[in-house]
Amino acid sequence: MLEIRFHGRGGQGTVVATILMSKAFFRAGYQVQSFPFFGVERRGAPVEAYLRLDRQKILLRTNVYNPDHVVVLDKTLLTSIDVTRGIKPGGSVLINSPAAPEHVEAFSRFRLAWVDASRIAMTNQIGSRTHPIVNTSMMGAVARVLGMPPLEDVVAAIRDEVPGDAERNVTAAREAFEAVRFAEAVKPAA
Amino acid sequence: MKQVLEGSQAVAEAVRLAGVQVVSAYPITPQTHIVEILSDYCATGKMNAKFLRVESEHSCMAALIGAQSAGVRTFTATSGQGLALMHELLHWASGARLPIVMAEVNRALAPGWNIWVDQTDTLAQRDTGWIQFYCEDSQEVIDTTLQAYKLAESVALPVMVVLDAFFLSHTYEPVDVPSQEEVDRFLPPYEARFELDTKNPCSFGPLVPPAVYMEMRHDMAAAMDTALATFPVIEDEFAALFGRRYGAVEAIACDDAEIVFVTSGTITSTARLVLENLRGRGEKLGIAKIKLFRPFPVDEVRKALKGAKKIAVIDRNFSFGASGIFAQEIRAALCNAPDHAPVFGYIAGIGGRDVTPEVLEEIYWKTKHNALPERESVWIGLQEVSHGS
Repeated sequence: MLEIRFHGRGGQGTVVATILMSKAFFRAGYQVQSFPFFGVERRGAPVEAYLRLDRQKILLRTNVYNPDHVVVLDKTLLTSIDVTRGIKPGGSVLINSPAAPEHVEAFSRFRLAWVDASRIAMTNQIGSRTHPIVNTSMMGAVARVLGMPPLEDVVAAIRDEVPGDAERNVTAAREAFEAVRFAEAVKPAA
Repeated sequence: MKQVLEGSQAVAEAVRLAGVQVVSAYPITPQTHIVEILSDYCATGKMNAKFLRVESEHSCMAALIGAQSAGVRTFTATSGQGLALMHELLHWASGARLPIVMAEVNRALAPGWNIWVDQTDTLAQRDTGWIQFYCEDSQEVIDTTLQAYKLAESVALPVMVVLDAFFLSHTYEPVDVPSQEEVDRFLPPYEARFELDTKNPCSFGPLVPPAVYMEMRHDMAAAMDTALATFPVIEDEFAALFGRRYGAVEAIACDDAEIVFVTSGTITSTARLVLENLRGRGEKLGIAKIKLFRPFPVDEVRKALKGAKKIAVIDRNFSFGASGIFAQEIRAALCNAPDHAPVFGYIAGIGGRDVTPEVLEEIYWKTKHNALPERESVWIGLQEVSHGS
């Protein structure tokens, strides 16, 4: 079983990204379970959501404490939250950032990757200039970093679920898939 | 067809498929998503139903008592304080023999203010004459909600379908959502035995003197017994169409088990994983999952626990001055059974505290290493608390 933790801020679509990724993995033949942190959600406040995937029925119904992978939708969280909390050794950290984060050494035990999802969302006119909605871009980047699910399953999940203009979100996911950068000496899984 | 759905949506899909005609609700976390989806379905015509917004849960149940008396299928959902506020009218709904169906998302009672899972809200309603089912996953939620209408209408008693806050209500997982044609084959339209009808006027709820009240209550008691006998028949019909069956009690690996956990809700699911792990290490654990709580399936409980050397009941609830409520019921069910095993009562997961595999293993080893229970209830994972001066 793999466990993935998503970090974002209320209003960025973190929970939706997690749900849509679960649907993309389900399309790809996985059993899935996704849920938000069971707290009180407010716009701008830190939000966590979780995704479990496995080849067999998922019986574990608890919070996620030791994720295999972490996805950070907002790099300003890095200064207030330890996003690496509990990650299993060898896990990956994907950050929405135009460049490698400061203090790269904090991620030395993990596969570190980043993607400028805010720019990709903005150029595709998703959200506003001040509040780009980065979740669909990050979905494409997750598929690249994990080497799964197939990007076409991510695209299909977006087309099924995103209200309004799904194609802009599809384009963003595809661009983000290509735009992921990895810290040196680390190659993508697929 | 399997879809990835939230537990709350599983409830809403079942309500839509059941052809419910009146929905009334007052929003309260963590029930809210159920009501949001249904209000959308009513507004957009996806359901041909009237959605009644009300100013409180008490009014909500009053509205449903009126609607169901007029001969239509009804639904509501609530949680915690909302259910507590309905309490008076819960008695009215069952006493009037109205087959109302409710989804109840377990929420801890305040104060302290807490939106997380705790079963004390529904278990405190055990004497109201409502049938109660506790669900383990979203598939069971959708299936049980459909079965609930059939059972409620066959015995003329209301049914509560109970699901854990967040661990079930806000969790997405694959669910097989049946088609309308399939559901129609299982659940025919509701036909009321008595209904408000201006062409056939009759009195509802008049004064009932001692000469007949006792017989009315006895009829309700008999209907509960009938529900116990009818549920397996309904499950047979459901299984023939959908291939799924749950049982009032599910005995999991109980045949050769030395210690048997008694569980309900989502804790059962995590316990299945712990069972696999402990069995892999040669430990003989079994699980008796209680799905039907009212009427309490005494015979099936006794059967599931027959071979156990020790019984460990895990309660995510508490009756102050007594013990965990499932533990009380298990003790009562066993007291007249010959040679029954000792019952260890554990309190875990109160107010949304996580019940992890580690918590369940702790319960296993505590039970294994003690010949008899140390106390009536052992609270698991309590922290040291200083109350200052």
